[in-house]
Amino acid sequence: MQDVKFNKFVVFVNSLIPLTLLAWDAVWRQLGANPTEFAIRTTGFLTLIFLLITLSITPLRKLTGRNDLIKYRRMLGLFAFFYGALHLSIYFAIDRNLSFTSAAGDIVQRPFIAFGMTAFFLMIPLAVTSTNGMIKRLGGKRWQQLHKLTYLCAIGGVIHYYLIVKSDVLMPLAFAAVLATLLGYRVYAANQKAAQTPVVPKQSKF
Amino acid sequence: MQTKQSGSIKSSEITPEQTYLNRRNFIKAAVLAGTTFATAGVYRWLNEPPLAVAELDKIENLKTAAEPNNEITAYEKITGYNNFYEFGTDKYSPARRAAKLETRPWMIEVAGLVQKPKTFGIEELLKFEQEERIYRFRCVEGWSMVIPWAGFPLKKLLDSVEPLGKAKYVAFETAYNPKTMLSSFSAGIDFPYVEGLRLDEALHPLTILATGLYGKLLPNQNGAPIRLVVPWKYGFKSIKSVVKINLVENEPPATWNLSAPKEYGFYSNVNPAVQHPRWSQAREQRIGEFGTRETLPFNGYADEVAHLYEGMDLKKYF
Repeated sequence: MQDVKFNKFVVFVNSLIPLTLLAWDAVWRQLGANPTEFAIRTTGFLTLIFLLITLSITPLRKLTGRNDLIKYRRMLGLFAFFYGALHLSIYFAIDRNLSFTSAAGDIVQRPFIAFGMTAFFLMIPLAVTSTNGMIKRLGGKRWQQLHKLTYLCAIGGVIHYYLIVKSDVLMPLAFAAVLATLLGYRVYAANQKAAQTPVVPKQSKF
Repeated sequence: MQTKQSGSIKSSEITPEQTYLNRRNFIKAAVLAGTTFATAGVYRWLNEPPLAVAELDKIENLKTAAEPNNEITAYEKITGYNNFYEFGTDKYSPARRAAKLETRPWMIEVAGLVQKPKTFGIEELLKFEQEERIYRFRCVEGWSMVIPWAGFPLKKLLDSVEPLGKAKYVAFETAYNPKTMLSSFSAGIDFPYVEGLRLDEALHPLTILATGLYGKLLPNQNGAPIRLVVPWKYGFKSIKSVVKINLVENEPPATWNLSAPKEYGFYSNVNPAVQHPRWSQAREQRIGEFGTRETLPFNGYADEVAHLYEGMDLKKYF
C-alpha cells in the first residue's frame, strides 16, 4: 500500500502496542512477582528491537528496491529513543530511588550500566536532530555523519544486554548476530560501491 | 481499430465512488486491526501469563503453618518467580517446566567420610519431625523474599550418619535428567548442579533441609522434594532437588563459583559491602514491595552466624 500517511499511522499504533500492554498489565498487577524488574527488562528489550529495526531499513531498501521504507525510519528510531528513555527512567526512579549518587555509583561499579548509559546518551543528539529543520540546518552529509552514532548506540546496547545476563548468553548473542549482519551489510555495500566507482583522478571542473 | 471498451461497460457496472472508498477503508481497517493483533500476539507470546500452582499435599507432622500476611511473601510469588536453571534461565519458566520433574520415588545418598553411609528414601525424611522456619531469602540478583519453609535441621540427618573427624566440608548435588532438563549448553552452567558448605555451616541450627512451604509439600520449581536452605547466604547456595550429600575433606566444587569465580565465591554470605559487577548488593528489591530496601550483613542473621567467620577477611572469602 502506498498511502504513506496511513502506513505511518499503522507503524505508530503498532509501536505503541507493547507500551499499552505493559501499562495495562501494570494497572491490573499482572507484571509478575517483580514488576520493576519486568518493566525495566521489557523496555530495554524494546529499545534494542527498535534499534535493530531502524538499522534494518537501509539494507531492506537496497535489497527490495522499496525506497519508500526510508519514510518510516525516523519514527522507528524515535521509538527506540522513547523506550530507552522509559527504560532509564524506571531504573532511576524505582531501582535507584531517584538518587543521583546511587546511580553514579552504579555506573562506576557496574560496567553494564556504563555501557547502557553511554548508549542512551548517544541517542539524545540523534533524537534532537531528527526533525526536518535540523536536517536542513546541519546539511544532509553532516547529518548522515552524525547519525552514524546509531551504530555505536546499538553496539553499546547489545554489550549492555550481554553483560547483564548470568550465563544464558544465547539471547544477547542472537541480538549481536543480527546487529553484526546489519553492520556487515553496510561494510559490504560500501566496498561494492567503492569497487564500482571507477577510480578517476579528480580533475578541476574548469 | 475502434475500441469497444467504453461502449461495452454499462454505466451501472462502474463501481460507485462511495463503494470504492468503502472498500479501501475496509482494507485499511483490516490492515490496522491485523497488524495490531499480531503485534499484541507476539508480545503475549513472549510474556506468557503465570500458571497457577497445582494444589499440593499438606505436610503431616508439621505443628504450625504460617498464614499469608504482610510480612511473608505471597505463595504465588514464591512459586512463580524462581531460579532453577535446569528448567529455564528466566524466572518464570521453572513454574511451567518443572512439572516434568519426577519426585517419586526419590532417594538421597548420604556418603563420604561418615561412619554409617546411607541412602534415604524421601518418605523416610518426611517422617523426621518437620518444623516451620520463616526465613529471609536473598538472591544474588538483588531481590529477596520472606519464605515460610517447612523442614528439619540438616544436622539431624548428618548426625544420623556420624561424620568422621576428617570430614571438613559437605558437598551437595541436584538431580539431573537430560531428557526433562535443559542442557548445560543452553543454561550456560554445568550440570548436575553442585554446591558445598563447610561442615560447621552445615551443622549450624539455621541450616535446614526444606521439604515444604506454607505448610504444603514443596512445588517442583522450588526444589521438590527436598532442598537445602541456608538463610544467611545468597540463594544459589541453597541447592534444590538434592540427590547426593557427600562429606569430604577439601572444599568441594560449587556450580556458580566454577562458572564465574570472581563473581560468586564459595562462601557467598550475603554481604552488602562486597560489590558484584551486575547487581548492587547494598540494597535489594523485596518481592511485593515498591522500591528497594537495605541489605543486611549475613541477611540479618549476623548475631547467629558471624562467629563462624571470625578472623576471616570476608572481602577475600566472599
